[in-house]
Amino acid sequence: MDVFKSFRSPSGGETRVLDDIDLDIRRGEFFSLLGPSGCGKTTLLRILAGFEQPDAGQVIIGGQDMTGVPPHLRNVNTVFQSYALFPHLSVQDNVAFGLKMKGVPAAQARTRVMQALERVRIADFASRRPDQLSGGQRQRVALARAIVNEPQVLLLDEPLSALDLKLRKELQVELANLQESLGMTFVFVTHDQEEALVMSDRIAVMNRGRVEQLGRAEELYERPRTAFVANFLGSSNLIEGTVLSVDGKGATVQTVHGPLRTTHGEGLRPGQNVTLSVRPEKLRMERDDETEGNEIRATVDDIVYTGAENQYLLRAGGQQLVVFQLNADIGADEDFDYEEQVALYLPPDNLVVLEEA
Amino acid sequence: MIRRTHPALSVWAWLVYAFLYLPIIVLVVFSFNDSRFGATWAGFTTKWYGVLFARADVREALTNTLTVAVVSTLISTVLGTLVGLGLWRYTLRFRTALTGLLVLPIVIPDVVMGVSLLMFYAFVRSGLERLGWTFDNGFWTVLLAHVTFQISYVALTVRSRLAGYGPELEEAARDLGATGLRSFTHVVLPLALPGVLAGALLAFTLSLDDFVVTYFTSGSGFSTLPVLIYTNVKRGVTPDINALSALLVLVTVVAIVAANALLRPRRQP
Ligand SMILES: Nc1ncnc2c1ncn2[C@@H]1O[C@H](COP(=O)(O)OP(=O)(O)O)[C@@H](O)[C@H]1O
Ligand SMILES: [Mg+2]
Repeated sequence: MDVFKSFRSPSGGETRVLDDIDLDIRRGEFFSLLGPSGCGKTTLLRILAGFEQPDAGQVIIGGQDMTGVPPHLRNVNTVFQSYALFPHLSVQDNVAFGLKMKGVPAAQARTRVMQALERVRIADFASRRPDQLSGGQRQRVALARAIVNEPQVLLLDEPLSALDLKLRKELQVELANLQESLGMTFVFVTHDQEEALVMSDRIAVMNRGRVEQLGRAEELYERPRTAFVANFLGSSNLIEGTVLSVDGKGATVQTVHGPLRTTHGEGLRPGQNVTLSVRPEKLRMERDDETEGNEIRATVDDIVYTGAENQYLLRAGGQQLVVFQLNADIGADEDFDYEEQVALYLPPDNLVVLEEA
Repeated sequence: MIRRTHPALSVWAWLVYAFLYLPIIVLVVFSFNDSRFGATWAGFTTKWYGVLFARADVREALTNTLTVAVVSTLISTVLGTLVGLGLWRYTLRFRTALTGLLVLPIVIPDVVMGVSLLMFYAFVRSGLERLGWTFDNGFWTVLLAHVTFQISYVALTVRSRLAGYGPELEEAARDLGATGLRSFTHVVLPLALPGVLAGALLAFTLSLDDFVVTYFTSGSGFSTLPVLIYTNVKRGVTPDINALSALLVLVTVVAIVAANALLRPRRQP
């Protein structure tokens, strides 16, 4: 798949909604498209489903070129963001719709429908109408209606976004389990980074119609390549600087906080401007008076208590840095005070060098 | 908490309803009055209904009325449904303007509509005469006139029936393997159907009851029930005409109640 897509804007101009998307989704994996609203996730999904045609590029599904093939001839099914259940049909007729269209014999269709309904644990509601169901139940019906067709790829467009938090967490787990037991390829769209991290085998982070980074959850979190990824998945402290020297074990970068070591020196040249990114929970605050290697002086500006952890806002070198510290012991001496001077240790392993945007 | 209405208000409400419905009640009551002339009660009878159907002019007008109503309803339901579906389905450039144009035949005074159709027919006739063809005002002109105002009603009922549904239902059908035609017959049409039927019933009663437009476009040889009632009443109110009017009221009320039942919103999600 290698796709461009533009929409003509109402004023007559063209907006490039998808820009050189090149994705290779593997059979049987749980693949997520993650990005802020308006970045083109739905458009990409609609191109996979066949509702939109790319301006350039190809869509290949299961080795077959599907570009230009209409939606009803693609072995792909969609779970719509708005569920899009047929209001005039009962739950089981909704689920049977796809089989009926394919001419599956009624008796066989019936068993498959019931199996699908049981799979998503909604069989008790088989004869209800969609308007007699709650949001979560409708979600399950929409899921059953899609998986009963045993598609090559199941597309899910923010299927959980309309549900409340608790139900969403439950369904996240269920959905991930379902995918595993079916062995079906899922392409899951979400703007919720946590959801993507929890559920996916691999994630493509999208921004403004481009894929910023593709990888496993851990890769994306630990080794973000761009400032966008560093901040969209969790939060990060970004520190700008100039490369002083590069050696076999990493590089030294001159920053407002003095020289900092990073172990990620691949491909850097001395004199190059770079941005370093470090996760708030990887920073360590200490009470030492003197600063050693990779330590900087900072002042506590603000403390936010969030239950499981304390979030410290620190001031250092005219920059604000965020540190998360696990709230392990009440009143332990790792608790710091307002305006306290601290030494902040930045582990060289965790200083990731971002690509220049 | 139940708020009690102010007594003056409820008296006023009763007066308004009496004003609206008393004439019709009187009409219906006097269609059962056993007296040739008017205003005093002389006992119950149903004979005027018999008298009515014995009249050849009434039977002919009834046939005309029903033929026009049925045929015009069929035509306008098909055309109006297509217009309504089009307005629902496509984001047309002049959508608001188009919807406005549909409302126009509804709000425009009947007289204006009648006159304009009359002129239009005259214009077309003079054009055709130059080619050696001609036609008289009668069944066809009335039929066409009715279709013109019925289409709007059908289109708007169909459109509003579908108002809550987005294009994703059709997409869902396509996604599940339905061709364009099957997604129409299996999803769009069943959803629109109550609106189509309600629109048809509405169109039917409008045709049945129409006097003004019919009067202008019917010419001399062709009469429908409302026109017949009007020409008869010019010579004085008679009980058989009361009976005829009562029947028209009955048919209309039944159709409107049925249309409303069809359009009653389903329990919403
Ligand atoms: N049919 C369309 N016509 C014009 N612009 C569109 C259309 N669909 C989407 N867009 C635009 O494309 C961009 C991406 O939309 P979408 O794919 O829905 O994003 P997402 O699902 O990531 O929120 C948005 O800026 C949106 O306004
Ligand atoms: Mg979207």
